[in-house]
Parts: sequence; structure tokens; C-alpha cells
Amino acid sequence: MPDTWTEQEVLERIDKIRHRKPTRVRDDFINMAHGAGGKATHTLIEALFEPILHNPLLAQLGDQAIFSVDGVTLALTTDSYVVSPIIFPGGDIGELAVNGTVNDLAVGGATPLYLSAAVILEEGLDIPTLTRIVESMRRAADRAGVAIVTGDTKVVPKGKGDRIFINTTGVGVVRQPGRLGMDKVRPGDAVLVNGTVGDHGTAIMIARGDLDLEVELESDTAPLHTLIDAMLEAGDVHFMRDATRGGVATVLNEIARQQDVGIAVEESAIPVRNEVRGVAEILGIDPLYMASEGRLIAVVAASDRQRILEAMRQHPLGEQAVQIGEVRVEPPGMVFLRTAFGGTRVIDMMIGDPLPRIC
Amino acid sequence: MKFVDEFRDQEIARRVSVEIAKLAGDRRYKIMEVCGGHTHTIYKYGIEDVLPPTIELVHGPGCPVCVIPMGRVDDGIAIARTPGIIFTCFGDMMRVPGSDGSLLDAKAQGADVRMVYSPLDALKIAQKNPDREVVFLAIGFETTAPSTALTLLRARAEKVMNFSVFCNHVTIVPPMKALLDSPDLKLDGFLGPGHVSAVVGIRPYDFVAKVYHKPVVVVGFEPLDIVQGVYMILKQLTEGRCEVENQYRRVVVDEGNPQALAILQQVFALRPHFEWRGLGFISQSALKLRDEFAPWDAELRYEVPGVRVADPKACQCGEVLKGVLKPWECKVFGTACTPETPIGTCMVSSEGACAAYYNYGRFSRAAARGDVLKLTPVESATGA
Repeated sequence: MPDTWTEQEVLERIDKIRHRKPTRVRDDFINMAHGAGGKATHTLIEALFEPILHNPLLAQLGDQAIFSVDGVTLALTTDSYVVSPIIFPGGDIGELAVNGTVNDLAVGGATPLYLSAAVILEEGLDIPTLTRIVESMRRAADRAGVAIVTGDTKVVPKGKGDRIFINTTGVGVVRQPGRLGMDKVRPGDAVLVNGTVGDHGTAIMIARGDLDLEVELESDTAPLHTLIDAMLEAGDVHFMRDATRGGVATVLNEIARQQDVGIAVEESAIPVRNEVRGVAEILGIDPLYMASEGRLIAVVAASDRQRILEAMRQHPLGEQAVQIGEVRVEPPGMVFLRTAFGGTRVIDMMIGDPLPRIC
Repeated sequence: MKFVDEFRDQEIARRVSVEIAKLAGDRRYKIMEVCGGHTHTIYKYGIEDVLPPTIELVHGPGCPVCVIPMGRVDDGIAIARTPGIIFTCFGDMMRVPGSDGSLLDAKAQGADVRMVYSPLDALKIAQKNPDREVVFLAIGFETTAPSTALTLLRARAEKVMNFSVFCNHVTIVPPMKALLDSPDLKLDGFLGPGHVSAVVGIRPYDFVAKVYHKPVVVVGFEPLDIVQGVYMILKQLTEGRCEVENQYRRVVVDEGNPQALAILQQVFALRPHFEWRGLGFISQSALKLRDEFAPWDAELRYEVPGVRVADPKACQCGEVLKGVLKPWECKVFGTACTPETPIGTCMVSSEGACAAYYNYGRFSRAAARGDVLKLTPVESATGA
């Protein structure tokens, strides 16, 4: 590097490097960060899974794969749940496993139809707990209007699992193919969120009891498909993604990076519960990186944002819907925040693993 | 949120900044924030965007993770790899690269490394696992040292013999003195550390004002604390004063915390010398366990290599820690060295100047040149 480089030139060079897709996983071993949904997870997917399994559908790296069979457009998604503790304020692993997969279908504009459920049970799990979890899967499925139509059961020796892991796969039908997609995101679009961010991640962390903090907070796990129906009816939605692992910050970075747009966020507009803010302050974690399980980020045409927001606020899961930012041309590939203090800062992908096993 | 939002008021900050600009006039001022917590606040809230351009903030050596030399990291990893050990540390420390991987890598390869939020949590783990040896990697300045001391006192009182501490506690005054003696740094004043001062008080900085004729203002960690601290330093300079002042009165008592100081005295002794990353060996700058706590001293209980390891050649953490280089001026900043794949410690801790600048500040400096950051107004939930 020549000594004469200016700060601006250094930053531009760094940005070029950031824009490159990772070509190899630099770590020698899997560590917890690879499962946290942040940068390490992306590197693992983009540099290992995607190149080896490569096909045009997978290459889109969406929450769901969308394809047509005999003139019908279907969406397919899968997700595994390893949350600890398995029962937490506001829900349990069973409800989470249904809602999460329903939401991954719904944010793609699909009406969820059928789910599969594969459970990995650890030797010694008590039957009443298992019964409770399966019952809450049933309730969540009924609420979402889906049926769990196939499944699998495996048991591993004590110590080789952690009570119960669940995988759910979901299939849905896409009523308006091609309407939603990350490639529909345009500079000028408004960025909306349907409620307070970070409730789930914080609730799980508190439920573990490691922190000796007393906070009354419930997970926000919920199926979002009817809210999404209302939004799609109200106006021109371009793209949606649920803000799970890695939080709002990660979703926004995924959009900025893949579409090479800038995203500006107004800190004071982001709804965060006082309980979540308090915990985040104490632990030095940004609520923007905390997971939600019933929140989505929607990128919508600016001209329709008011109508869509009003439709969201009519729905119980969107009462606190609000615009938090907008898409712009500059700076490409980057998310930045206007702080409530009047300064600005970058919001990057999550590094490392502040909160393991939240979903 | 109460007791937080008051200290982040944009309008007050703007008004204080106007006053700072008036005091500064045409002259440029270089002010060092000693503490990494301040560096974090400065970048997280974009304080440089709020201050007038005549004020340059220089980031100092007060980031606990950043100053740990690589040899000590290797020693920690060697203990962690000892069969049967539960090794506990703060989260940041797990990602610090040693000469052969980090604690996180050791964990992935089978070492039982656990993150804790307090040394007392480590002691609890020891009590819950009486058949295992539990080691706590203690780092930090006088801020965290009292909690380590308290934990050791409790371990002794409750006779928890399967617990020990790998002590890397350091003290704040010796590196400040080393910086002031260094010829390549010209500073106009110091923002003094807040939480360290809550323990030691503000008198230990008297020499900075008396001997080196630089003002010191001990400040808190909210953005308005920093802005007010800068104002107080400029006020001193323009009035020809040179004193140690306390802006953080809601937490810091001038005399410090006598109870905390007493238990530090009871548990720790000064090491004759200790290596600091980038700053080299500084005499009487670190703490070790007193002889009566030898049964809980991990350095005595376990074989550690104890070898001094040179920093990677490309790494310029030392220059960054001394405030001589801005993070972006380091040759590997943001290219070979990123928060995901750090080469130097400054890129690991959120209090490290490089990590704070990379994660938060990478764009705002450049943006000051354009108007790309002016947002179109966003309506609120109620204002629809």
C-alpha cells in the first residue's frame, strides 16, 4: 500500500474486498459462529455448500426455493430448531419449529400448505415434555392453516443431543409468481418492520438464567402469513424476509450486498422494547442483531408505504408497524444508521456469536 | 429509557459542540481518550460527526483485550488444552488470535472453553463441577480487577480448591506515563477513564497535569459525557489551566472506592514488569496474585510455555494503541485484518480502535464529504 493513500482510498479498497464473494472457508473447524446467522454462516454457505451443491435454484440463496411443476408455482423451505431451553416464555421449540417454517414460506409470497417434522430425541427426554411440544406443534399448525403430513423419529444416546432437535420442511403454493424478489428492490423503496425487534433473542437469553437478570419478556414467535396477505393486498411490496438469526441488521445487509444498494436506517424510528434495550445496554449487544421470530422486514414501493403501513397496523401482528429506513443508490452494498445522537455509523453483518442456540 | 436517553440528547450535543468550536477557534486540538469504552462510544454514536472538525480524537491504550501480548494468549490456550480443564473467560477474549489459533479454535478442537459474564460465574461452575478443574482468564484494568479479587476471596473463604485464576490484570497509569514519554505523540489533553477512576479515583492522574502539563478530564461513557469532557478540556486550555477534573461525578468519587482498593491490596501484588502489546515491557504495570493465594494461581498450577511471542510482522496494533497511527493507516487494516479474521487484538474487542472503526466508523468519515447521509424524513408510528 503506498504511503500516500488517503482514508477515502483505503475505505474504497476495503469495500471492494467486502464485495467479493468468499471463495473458501478460512477456518479449519466448525465453531459456534458458523451457526449464528452472521458473516461466518454466510461464508460457510457461499464458499462450501452452494458451490458443491450448485444449481440455479440454490444459487439464489433465498429463504425458500420457488419453482413450477405442471404450471403450479411452489415454494419449498426447511429449517432445524435447536433452541435451548426448549420451553421458554412465550412459546416452546415445537411452536417455533412450525412458525419459523410457515414464515419462511409466507415471506416468499407463498400460502403454506404442508409441513414435515423430523425429530431427533435424546435418550432420557421425558414423555410429558415431548407430548407438550408435539401438542404445541399441532396448535401452531392449526393456527397457520397447515397440516404436518409426514415425519421421522430418531433417538440418540444420552449426551449426544440436547433433549430434542426438530427439523421442519414446508411446501406452499405461490399465488402470484414473480411478484416478490430481492431483485425487485429499488433505490427509493421504503423499509418497514412490523413491530419491536429483538424480543425472541432476548427472551431466550433471559430464560437460560445465566445472566441473573429479572426481565419480564416473551418470545414474539408467531405465524406471519395473514399479515403478509394483508400487506400484499394493500400495495406494491417488493421483498420480505423474517428477521431471525442475526436480526434486522443481517437482513438489511443481505439485501444491500446482493442488490448492491445502500440502505439508510433511522435509529430513533426502530421500535425496541425497554426490556430489550435494557438487556442490550447491559450486555453491550445491539438490538439490531437480536433475533425475532415474529417480525419481518418489508421493502415496499415508496408510493405505497402509507397504505401498506395502515394495512399492517390493522393486523394484531402489525400494530406497531413503522418505516425504519429507505433504500438508496449510495453507498452500494452498505447499511448505515443515523444515530439518535445525530452521528452516523455503519451497520455490518454480525461477527461472531453473541447468542448461541436461540432457534 | 430513563437515565440513558438524557445522556444522548442530540440538541444538547449540538449546542455544546458550537461552544467547543468557539473555544477552539482556528487551532486544531488532539485529545486522547485513554479508555477503550470511550473509543467504542465515540464510534457507536458517531460523535466525530457531531464535534467540530478542529477536534481530533486519538484512541488510547485502554482496551483490556488489545494490550494482552500474544505470548500470554498462547499461555491461556495451553492451559485450556490441558485435559479435564474447564477454561472460562469473557467473550471477546475467545476470538483473540494466539500464534496457533484462538481459544475459539481450541474449543472447536475439543477444549472445554466457556464464556462467562463475571468471574463469580466461573467460581459457580467450579462449585457445580467439583471433579473438574476450572480456570478463569482474568483480564482488564482496575475496573475488573476488584471483581476478580472478590472472587478469589470467596474461593478461599469457601475453600473451592478446584478453581484458579490466570491473572492478566494491568494498571492504567504506567501506560499513560509511557505514552507521555514517547516522542512521536503530541497530545493536548486526555479524556480520563471512567470506570477505572470509579475504583482508583482521580488523584493518580495528577502527574499528567503537574509534570506533563496536560489537562485530564475523567468522563463517562454516554455520548454527552464525551462531548462535555472535550468542552472541559478546551475550557482549561483556553483559560490557561491544567488540572484533573471529574465530569463523571454520578459514578466517580474523587477519592475512588476505598473498599475496592483495599481488596485489590489484599489479593494482588505488582509484577516487576509485564509485556504490553505494542508498548513492550512496562515496569510495575500489572498485577499478580499474592503468595497466600498461590493455591488459586493458575500460573503456578499449570505448565505454561511462558514464551514471549513477537506480534505478526504486518500487525501495527502497537502504533494504533499508542495513537500514532489511525486504524485505517495500518497496512493490513480491513484487508488481511478484519473482525472476522483478526490479525491483531485491536480488531477483536469491540473496545479496540480498529474494530470500532471498522464496524461503525468505516463510512462516516467519508460521508462527511458528501450529503449522502441526509435522510428523507421517516414518519413515526403515531404520525401516520
